[in-house]
Order: sequence, then structure tokens, then C-alpha cells
Amino acid sequence: MEFLRPTSWGEALAAKADAPGAVPIAGGTDVMVELNFDKHRPEALLDLNRVGELATWSEEEDGRLRVGAAVPYARIIGELGGRLPGLAMAARTVGSPQIRNRGTVGGNLGAASPAGDSHPPLLAADAEIEVESAARGTRMIPAGEFYTGVKRSALAPDELIRAFHVRPAEGPQQFSKIGTRNAMVIAVCSFGLALHPSDQRIGTGIGSAAPTPRRAFEAEEYAAGELDWAGRSPLDERVARRFGELAARAAAPIDDVRGTAEYRLHALSVMARRTLTWAWKDYLNGGATACA
Amino acid sequence: MRVNFTVNGVEQTADDVWEGESLLYVLRERVGLPGSKNACEQGECGSCTVYLDGTPVCACLVAAGQAEGREVRTVEGLADGERLDPIQEAFVECGAVQCGFCTPGLLVQAHDLIERVPEPSDPEIREALAGNLCRCTGYEKILDAVRLAAARKAEAGR
Ligand SMILES: Cc1cc2nc3c(=O)[nH]c(=O)nc-3n(C[C@H](O)[C@H](O)[C@H](O)COP(=O)(O)OP(=O)(O)OC[C@H]3O[C@@H](n4cnc5c(N)ncnc54)[C@H](O)[C@@H]3O)c2cc1C
Ligand code: FES
Ligand code: FES
Repeated sequence: MEFLRPTSWGEALAAKADAPGAVPIAGGTDVMVELNFDKHRPEALLDLNRVGELATWSEEEDGRLRVGAAVPYARIIGELGGRLPGLAMAARTVGSPQIRNRGTVGGNLGAASPAGDSHPPLLAADAEIEVESAARGTRMIPAGEFYTGVKRSALAPDELIRAFHVRPAEGPQQFSKIGTRNAMVIAVCSFGLALHPSDQRIGTGIGSAAPTPRRAFEAEEYAAGELDWAGRSPLDERVARRFGELAARAAAPIDDVRGTAEYRLHALSVMARRTLTWAWKDYLNGGATACA
Repeated sequence: MRVNFTVNGVEQTADDVWEGESLLYVLRERVGLPGSKNACEQGECGSCTVYLDGTPVCACLVAAGQAEGREVRTVEGLADGERLDPIQEAFVECGAVQCGFCTPGLLVQAHDLIERVPEPSDPEIREALAGNLCRCTGYEKILDAVRLAAARKAEAGR
């Protein structure tokens, strides 16, 4: 086994091109568990900790934030919580403080687990993933097209994730997750929601209730049409309930050790109803997200 | 491979390190610092918590090679010579140690908390220690110890 230590993005891409079987390691919170339990032995580890730019973020000219793949959750919460409230809420539920100090969104994307907590907020906020290879250059992949199967993504073997791009919240965002305790739980299922008031639209993301994280398109369209964006009248409870039903309908859960499919469908409808209710309340109270 | 890093202020070189080895293994088996405990090797228990460049992390989830050139501080590096750190004293006084397996990780994590948050509330303490499991004490005495150490630190700072 080899341990590759690129110190720049260019070197990292070259190393990945030379050894497509090399496993990138950022926070290591997924990779090291596999190694410690000898689940597999990759030909090489490709350490991304020395590629400084991956742990930085910036404001782009198109108004979006570009957040490096290796910015840990703790810094997303601390530095970007106000502008990416949905992602920050999700990040706060990841593992424990020690895990949040190391774990990254890039790693969550790389693992592409249907239960990864970054995915629902990235989907709800229309994030795009910037990936790159030495041979073919940069690709921008919308979050909705990134996840292709259970622990599978659109990332090619010679590509690395460089950053994700997302607009700062222009309306309230929410995230809800079901688990057996407050810390250290993989989601039984989860739901992310973002209001996009300027185009009178809702974004959603379902976690851990289908082979991949996915949006609930029908629910989004239904609620966007029913909500009184201009008049800002209170949310009709029937609309919230119907939104919940439609959100659950978009899922395709299975029975597993963490919960049954039936439970997940029920929980999803409740989470969708609640997050819409909370977000709309925030919207009526002034528009931006109250909880950052 | 060889890994060079600083542990508790002392430069260390570890040789014959397997590329897939964890920082925890290097500390315990190659550098002779068995304070950090190995109880799960999957990030769940926090008993291997160490500072990596000043940030508490699970040493079992850091690849040894990732520690190259970096600074690690373990539970062995909390005391000042023979003088225990106030968080260690408080753990002893409050009876927060039973079998002691969770203690090193809790000490580092609690040490970080009271460095960052001078007078932590109970929910803040619970949140900070959410990734450290103890199977013996029931946590109450641990909370007492953190409250005591934080109060003393605040007192000393006044
Ligand atoms: C105790 C514990 C609790 C956890 N709790 C949660 C939780 O609540 N919610 C949750 O979602 N996850 C949880 N996880 C899983 C894990 O912490 C997350 O998936 C985290 O986001 C992984 O980030 P990382 O940087 O540590 O990834 P790593 O382990 O470094 O990498 C993960 C995967 O992504 C690949 N990768 C990493 N960076 C890149 C890149 N830039 N380009 C291409 N591929 C890349 C790696 O090769 C690997 O396949 C938990 C893990 C542990 C150990
Ligand atoms: S041994 Fe590292 S967290 Fe349990
Ligand atoms: S004292 Fe035994 S595990 Fe905490």
C-alpha cells in the first residue's frame, strides 16, 4: 500500500490519474473505519489534507458560495451557518464534535451513502458539485444528478471532488432527521427543505429513504403553487399535510436494522409537514431564516 | 513508511508505519504513549480523543501519514510535569473515574471545552461530551467534574 501526499490540487489530480484505485482521504471518518476493520485494502491512500485550497471557501462572482470539499462540518457551522442554514443544521447532527472537527462534505459526497446528512440540504438548495480530472478538466454536476445508486455517484475513477457551489439562502431553510438519540446516529430518514421566495419555489431533499438521496418534485410543485408568497398568508394545515403525503410518496424506502419502510414513510410525511410549517412561519416573520 | 510529528511538544519519529495505520496505533504501539485508549476504532466512543493541531479528533480515524509534520497533544500532555491539569484534578475529586477507560478521551475533550467556553452551561457540556461514551459512571460525576473545573478556571481568571 502507498501513502500519497500531494500538496497542490494539480498534484492531487495527477496522482489520481496515475492511480485511479487510490482512495482519497480527507477527514478519514469513513475511510479509516473501513481500514481499521480491514474491510478492504486499497492500493494507495491519497491524502487531501495537504491540499490547502480544499479547506477554504469563497464568494463567487455569480453570487454563489464555493465551498472546498475538505472544509470540515465544524467550520461550515461556524463560518457559513448564517448563509447556509439548512446545511449547517444538518452538519450539527453529524456524529459528535470530534467527528464534525474532521468530517467533510466532500467526504460525505465521496461516500454517497443514502443516509449522508449533507445530501438533503444540498439537494434542497440546488447545489452543484465541482469535480475535476487531469484528463478531462472540470465538470459541474447538479446535486440531483450526483447520486446514482447506493454508495454510488457520478464521480469517475480519475476524478476528485473540488468544491460545491450553492447560493446563500435567500429564504428560510430547515432540516429534520430521525434517529435514536441526538448524537452519533445515522439517519433513519431525514428531510431538508429550502424556500426560494424570489422564484416562488420550494426545494426538498429526502435522505435515507431511497437508494439515493432524492428530491420530492411533486411535493415541491404542489406546495409552490398553493403557498401565498405575495400575500404571506398563514399556511393552510391541509396544504402542509398534503405536502407531507406527497413528500413520502417520492421515497422508496426499505426495511433495515434502523427502521421499517412503513415507519420511514410515516416519519417522512411528518418531517416534511413540520419543516414546511416551520419554514413558512419564518417566512411570515420576515423572510430570512430565523434559526442560523 | 516513516512519520515525523510532534507529540506533547516532543519531536517523534515513527518507523515501519503501515500506510493504513491510524494515529492511535502509532501513539500507543510505536511512540509508547498508551494513554489514548482504543475501545472501538470507529469513532463511536471518543476514548482515543487527542488534539491534532489544537483540535480534538478521534485518533483512530486519523491516518498516521496525515499526522506528518503536525502537532499532537494527548492526555499525557495535559499535566504540567507532576502537577495535574485542573480538569484532571476535578475528575479525581469528583469521583468521575471508575474503570478509567473513557477517562483520557473525556479529559482531552473536556479540556478543550473549558478552554473555548469559559462558563459552559449543562447543555453545552452534554453537547461537547456527546461523542465520549462511559459505561461505568452514568455521567453525573463527569458532569460534576467539568462544572467544577470550569468554575475554578473562571474563578482563577477573575
Ligand atoms: C462515529 C461516526 C459518526 C458518523 N455520523 C454521521 C452522521 O451523523 N451523518 C453522516 O452523514 N455521516 C456520519 N458519519 C460518516 C462520515 O463522518 C461522513 O460521511 C463524513 O462526511 C465523511 O467525511 P470525511 O472527510 O471524513 O471522509 P473520508 O473518510 O475522508 O472519505 C469518505 C469517502 O469520500 C471519498 N473522498 C473524500 N474526499 C474526496 C474528494 N475531495 N474527492 C473525491 N472523493 C473524496 C473517500 O475516498 C471516501 O470514499 C459518521 C462517521 C463516524 C465514524
Ligand atoms: S477508539 Fe477511537 S473513537 Fe473509539
Ligand atoms: S469509567 Fe469506565 S468507561 Fe468510563
